[in-house]
Amino acid sequence: MKKTIEEINRKIEEGCVCVVTAEEMKEIVEELGEEKAAKEVDVVTTGTFGAMCSSGVFMNFGHSDPPIKMQRVWLNDVEAYTGIAAVDAYLGVTQLSESRGMEYGGAHVIEDLVGGKEVELRAEAYGTDCYPRKKLVTEIALEDLNQAVMVNPRNAYQRYKAATNSSDRILRTYMGTLLPNFGNVTFAGCGEISPLNNDPEYRTIGIGTRIFLCGAKGYVIGEGTQHAPPFGTLMVKGDLKEMKPEFMKAIVMPGYGVTMMLGIGIPIPILDEEIARSTAIRDDQIVTEIIDFGVPRRDRPVVRKVTYAELKSGKVEINGEEVRVSPLSSYYMAKKVMEELKRMIERGEFFLTQPVERIPTKGKLKPMREKGIKVVKSVMTKAVTIPPDTSIEEASRIITQKNVNHLPVVDENGVLVGIVTSWDIAKAVATGKLGRVSDVMTRKVITATPDEPIESAARKMEQYNISALPVVDAKRRVLGMVTSEDLSKLLARW
Amino acid sequence: MLLLLKFDSKTIKKPIISTATLETKALINILRANVGARRGEMVVEVDDSKAKEVEEVFRRFGVEVIELKDAVVKDEEKCVHCGLCISICPVEVFRFDENWKVVADTEKCIHCGVCTRVCPCNALSLPIHSL
Repeated sequence: MKKTIEEINRKIEEGCVCVVTAEEMKEIVEELGEEKAAKEVDVVTTGTFGAMCSSGVFMNFGHSDPPIKMQRVWLNDVEAYTGIAAVDAYLGVTQLSESRGMEYGGAHVIEDLVGGKEVELRAEAYGTDCYPRKKLVTEIALEDLNQAVMVNPRNAYQRYKAATNSSDRILRTYMGTLLPNFGNVTFAGCGEISPLNNDPEYRTIGIGTRIFLCGAKGYVIGEGTQHAPPFGTLMVKGDLKEMKPEFMKAIVMPGYGVTMMLGIGIPIPILDEEIARSTAIRDDQIVTEIIDFGVPRRDRPVVRKVTYAELKSGKVEINGEEVRVSPLSSYYMAKKVMEELKRMIERGEFFLTQPVERIPTKGKLKPMREKGIKVVKSVMTKAVTIPPDTSIEEASRIITQKNVNHLPVVDENGVLVGIVTSWDIAKAVATGKLGRVSDVMTRKVITATPDEPIESAARKMEQYNISALPVVDAKRRVLGMVTSEDLSKLLARW
Repeated sequence: MLLLLKFDSKTIKKPIISTATLETKALINILRANVGARRGEMVVEVDDSKAKEVEEVFRRFGVEVIELKDAVVKDEEKCVHCGLCISICPVEVFRFDENWKVVADTEKCIHCGVCTRVCPCNALSLPIHSL
């Protein structure tokens, strides 16, 4: 037996609709089976609450007197994009404050506006005959704006890659703080209660679907950017003026930047058995991968496959060791979202819509088309290596003769065992330590690989405050050197 | 009882921890230590019944002693219960309750402060931020 959206909406109007949360639906299908569950239940509410960087708000400020065509605009010192009409702007959640840096950003401005606070609006312009004004500073509140429409290019990820870190240092990422040596795992998404996992074929979620967006009624306006099912995404919009502060949260990922956690709920009409079955999905059927952020490349290695059930258990196994897991999304708030949406439908305040267009069920995430990536191999120079038993005097002679600052120390197989710099040698001479280089060399050497992008090598030098890296192969045999001078020469050529 | 000890350039050179143990027979567990050439800080755990006696020895040597009574504080207004702190805390202070709310068993806290630098909501703080 099949139902229609009109029938369900009539039931909502009459106050006899049966709405359950996605969490409750799993139990119901298990107990009654799909057929009976499809008959009994009319709507399943789903929810998610997590960081969604690809979000922001279109604003129209109204015209000043004399009028201005804003060329650049800032709200509490956070720049918004105004390369559109005179007093329209788009404020993205991740944009940082120009004076406060990482502690305040676009998300905080939006949170302040929704919280009823006034923010400083500052604009500059070049001035035209029709828009003569060149500077403007004022205070505005949400109610002063003609429109404030949240339009988010990519929200509600169906599932997401979990993160870990094989390197030997702490990484501060958009996936949170990752401890060294596989010290922890973090993951995003709410698994079995997340909207898109409950309608993976996009039968009911499409363009025009009415949704719960941060406490307001919003709409799906298309597939999100990077939509690639089963890593599907949505583009959504909603009226900021109707949103509630409790369903949004400006956050700072330490060392990464500002973003915003949003609460999104989507009602799924149970039109037939097949939809009932898809809303019965469990965390152990939702598979993702744990990837290694220790490798600073686009294609990060997959450490292992994992289900959301394993991730939510709080512990996963990596290389035979138990590793603790943290979510980044708030399951507690996601439950609040789907319960609130359930109440709204039961009270007759929220009606369902028929999508006007389907969202593609397939998609591919392409990498960026780039001009050849510069790798270390193309800039490295020949290394002057020495054995560990070289005397300090001999090393100082080599440094002056060969005009180098770094001497990698290698064993009889060419394997790197240490490094001495001209500074180490000068210091040894100054303090009268005229022994072997093995006495003064640095043993823990920071290295580069031939296929590493030069940006990555430059970042290592900056991080460790050093000016050269030996380039080594997989067996740590020295192939060459890359120095900060080599990199600056390259920049000069560009 | 957790004690935060602050050593200056004089006290840093003396074997004060072992002296305190020998004098009081108290077992002193060093939880964190950051000892340099001219000064140092240490967080130690001492049984409550011996705490006063041990503190006296430390003070006699000129070590500054601060009793760490207040552990990490979670601001319930700011916390959204994501759980990012859970896998970061070395002594597992944080966990989810049955409603997926993050709760803190603060008596386990060793005042390392790692969680305060990780929380995206800035909801965690230490009353006396040590080390």
